[in-house]
Amino acid sequence: MARKGIREYRAKHILGRIIDGYGSELALIGPGDDPKALEAKHPWTKNRKLVVKPDQLFGKRGKHGLVGVGLSATEVVKWIEDRRDKPVTVSGITDTLTHFLVEPFTPHEREYYVAISSHDTGDSIHLCADGGICIEENWEKVATLRVAQGERLDEGMLLSRCTEMFGDGDSKVVAKFVADLYQLFVDGHFTYFEINPFTLVSGRVAPLDAVVRVDDTASFEAEKIWGKFEMPVPFGRTRSKEEAFIEELDAKTGASLKLSVLRPQGRIWTMVAGGGASVIYADTIADLGWGAQLANYGEYSGDPSAELTYHYAKTIIDLMTREKAAGGKPKFLFIGGGIANFTDVASTFTGIIRAIEEMAEPLRTTDVRIFVRRGGPNYKVGLERMRALGEKLGLPIAVYGPETHMTNIVSLALKEDRP
Amino acid sequence: MTLNRNYELFNKDTRAIVYGVQANAIQRMLDFDHTCGREVPSVAAIVNENKAGWHKVFWRGQEILLPMYRTVKRACDHHPEADVLVNFASFRSAYKTSLEALDEKTLNTVIIIAEGVPERYSRHLRQVAKEKNKMIIGPATVGGIAAGAFKIGNTGGTIDNIAESKLHRPGHVGFVSKSGGMSNEAYNIIARNTDGLYEGIAIGGDAYPGSTLFEHVMRYERNPHISMIVVLGEVGGEVEYEIVEALKAGQIKKPVVAWVTGTCARIFPASIQFGHAGARADGERETAVAKNAALRAAGAIVPESFDGFDKAVRDTYETLIEQGKVRRVPESIVPRTPMGYDQAVAQGVVRRKTNFTTTISDDRGDEPLYCGIPLSSIVENSMGIGDTIGLLWFKKKLPPYAARFIELVLVLVADHGPAVSGAHNTIVAARAGKDLMSSVACGMLTIGPRFGGAISGAAQMFKDAVDEGLSPEGFIRKWKVKGVNIQGIGHRIKSIHNPDKRVELLKDFARKNFPRTRHMDFALAVEKATTKKKDNLIFNVDGAIGVLFLDLMDVLGFSPKEIDDVVQDGGLDGLFVIGRSIGLIGHYFDQKRLKEGLYRHPWDDILYSLPSEEELG
Repeated sequence: MARKGIREYRAKHILGRIIDGYGSELALIGPGDDPKALEAKHPWTKNRKLVVKPDQLFGKRGKHGLVGVGLSATEVVKWIEDRRDKPVTVSGITDTLTHFLVEPFTPHEREYYVAISSHDTGDSIHLCADGGICIEENWEKVATLRVAQGERLDEGMLLSRCTEMFGDGDSKVVAKFVADLYQLFVDGHFTYFEINPFTLVSGRVAPLDAVVRVDDTASFEAEKIWGKFEMPVPFGRTRSKEEAFIEELDAKTGASLKLSVLRPQGRIWTMVAGGGASVIYADTIADLGWGAQLANYGEYSGDPSAELTYHYAKTIIDLMTREKAAGGKPKFLFIGGGIANFTDVASTFTGIIRAIEEMAEPLRTTDVRIFVRRGGPNYKVGLERMRALGEKLGLPIAVYGPETHMTNIVSLALKEDRP
Repeated sequence: MTLNRNYELFNKDTRAIVYGVQANAIQRMLDFDHTCGREVPSVAAIVNENKAGWHKVFWRGQEILLPMYRTVKRACDHHPEADVLVNFASFRSAYKTSLEALDEKTLNTVIIIAEGVPERYSRHLRQVAKEKNKMIIGPATVGGIAAGAFKIGNTGGTIDNIAESKLHRPGHVGFVSKSGGMSNEAYNIIARNTDGLYEGIAIGGDAYPGSTLFEHVMRYERNPHISMIVVLGEVGGEVEYEIVEALKAGQIKKPVVAWVTGTCARIFPASIQFGHAGARADGERETAVAKNAALRAAGAIVPESFDGFDKAVRDTYETLIEQGKVRRVPESIVPRTPMGYDQAVAQGVVRRKTNFTTTISDDRGDEPLYCGIPLSSIVENSMGIGDTIGLLWFKKKLPPYAARFIELVLVLVADHGPAVSGAHNTIVAARAGKDLMSSVACGMLTIGPRFGGAISGAAQMFKDAVDEGLSPEGFIRKWKVKGVNIQGIGHRIKSIHNPDKRVELLKDFARKNFPRTRHMDFALAVEKATTKKKDNLIFNVDGAIGVLFLDLMDVLGFSPKEIDDVVQDGGLDGLFVIGRSIGLIGHYFDQKRLKEGLYRHPWDDILYSLPSEEELG
């Protein structure tokens, strides 16, 4: 799905392609690894001063005291064991520490900054002679070189900028490195590559910290550069059991099923077909002042089977009927959607209907009011079955077709109520 | 009609090349053409990288052939009239094939359907298109539609929806969105609140689309057939601000109804990614709320929420009518498109007579059924060849002894040495270098009245005798009078003193396992009489198989009709054919292993007895 962060460990490994002799003295300790095996598995950590830090796609680790510097292997093991599987909060986001990067400690004086970013008209190379600082706050010290789409990096210009910034001593090495990094950036379909800071050790570049994002749609071209690995989950994206279940279903089918639970106590739940329409339903709920009651975001699309829509609907209905709303207020379920291109409405509804039938009792006791709006192939049959279902079960199911504006069911449902 | 490329991409004469054999999408394009009353199909040719040739499609009620080429270049060479490429290539090859298309002088518009084209490639394609003054729509799009003129691929949904959304004839509204999924809904909104769509484009959800919302808005501004513009933007990116600037600068004079989706992002945690790759706000300016406000401030008609979108569209259109700037398009009748047979079946509106019937097996489900029994159950219950023959030949579930009897017969007839006609012919054919199938068939084709056929013959004769209640003596007399040998009686070598081991085996088996053996008992009584006359007129193996099979059918409760059918239709020859094919295949392999050369019959084994020339006269 486009731009994805990768671990610093991977990024540094990749840098081994352009820095001679770099990239092998790196260790990633993940959930399956025993930290005690560090020395045995990575003999280079013996009798060395080391650096250890979490490697989970978040920054500002130094500020949060999450970098161990100049430690021995034994100290690194303890450092990791003290922190792994424990929650931390960074920039307001809380998650558990699971992955740690271990590398040799590099004593140094000067710290440089380089970042390459990609945008719609080309790429930008940002350079700064003072690395390691909070770069956003010191943006005036940063020089930017632009490489417009379709043009090549002007290496002469790069060298002269480096000479201005870094002085004669280091500029040649830095310019050569940045040129190589840019080529790597292009060939490897990276969208962001920041090394902040790097330093020079005996005339060789030593990257100290890296933040890297790739265009994951390019994996078929760039995997030869990245290596093969699973894209890591961003920090703070913990999933509930139900979300994980839907994600599993999604992974097994060519259709799409997505679910994020925002507020389990919310009174408004949505089950909307189509990525575009689902956003618009959420918009409308928020725009009409009900954002604080919106319990979930999600969508199903790509003609899922009745079996899949059954599981999807049952998961949502189960979540929303676990407790009554406070103050005896009703809950709302929007089974919405635009006019499908080729998804068979009747067949996707078959699964949803089965779920409603099975969950009729909890739906009744939690006072859920269901509003349906949909169009597309076979929609008349699908809508008629929904209508009949409401009558059969004695549940309040209001059913609308393409003659009703797509989001109208939101205002129709909520007009009598208040958030 | 010539195209005014300043503002038009498609008209009623536009022809396209479709990359990829997307049979449904192509058919939908042609069905749309028919509802528009187009004279010529909108698809000129197909590119199929695996195979050149022809692709069958319906054009109205008839089938026609569309030419298929292996490369974009060849398709363009043959169809210079096509100026659009609808590219269904996968995300892997969309870049390369689109670059090829941009290189073709005759192509002006390339639509890239694939989702997941790398950003860097999309950016390059966009640059190349700009340099060559060409248009890219996509990637990651369903495409778009010029109402009443040209439809890209799957845009617009079913034919019913095309008619309901009035896409078969042009109205006065230009529409552009990112989302392809929402475009259908938008066409519905436009059809219900105005006189309909003129053109609609979905630019696709990627971060770097080949053409932007702004570029299409400006095209609609220049197009004199379009009176109002409807835009559906999305959270993320800055492109809506180009529209804002153009509105402020007075470059857009037509009314613009706009809505930027994703206003809900403010109540969501940052980690939720909406469906589209580009749908992510970097900074306040890129949020939907900010963009909606900017558009409103610049003079676009922006409702308070999407809920008011239909009203905004309707009010804007009605104002144009009041001002006399638009004249409603009169409604026309939509020509009916014949429904595809599969669809009609799915809807239960047609039925057809079948040309074939089967009552023994079914291959349509998860696993084959033999006479109603799933293959897995046959295997799990250790049913064998005999049981399978029971199911597929006689449609009966056989008791174990019956299945074993059939297998015993197959074993007994599996081979009879290389000298008999079947094996001999197989050997000669194998040595002539023929393949297995030909060699075995060569031997098999000698099976008939003289070779192997006595089983059926014997069964028929003894069945008639038992049915008629003849005495053994009466039976022998009946055939003697006719001068016909009794089949199943007599052997070239074996005699009463030197019995045929195979016959003994069969008799033993039947006595031990069959509840009764009426036919065999009769045949043995006949043998008693015939061997008195000559000691080699014994009950032979063909007779034993045929007669015991009658007994088997008798005890299994086959009806007289069923027994007649089996005997008359050569069911018993079938046993011989299956059994003997084992031997024939063995002889074929044997000859191949021996690497035997071409067989030539020796002269001294042939009597040459030709007439002399004089004798001919």
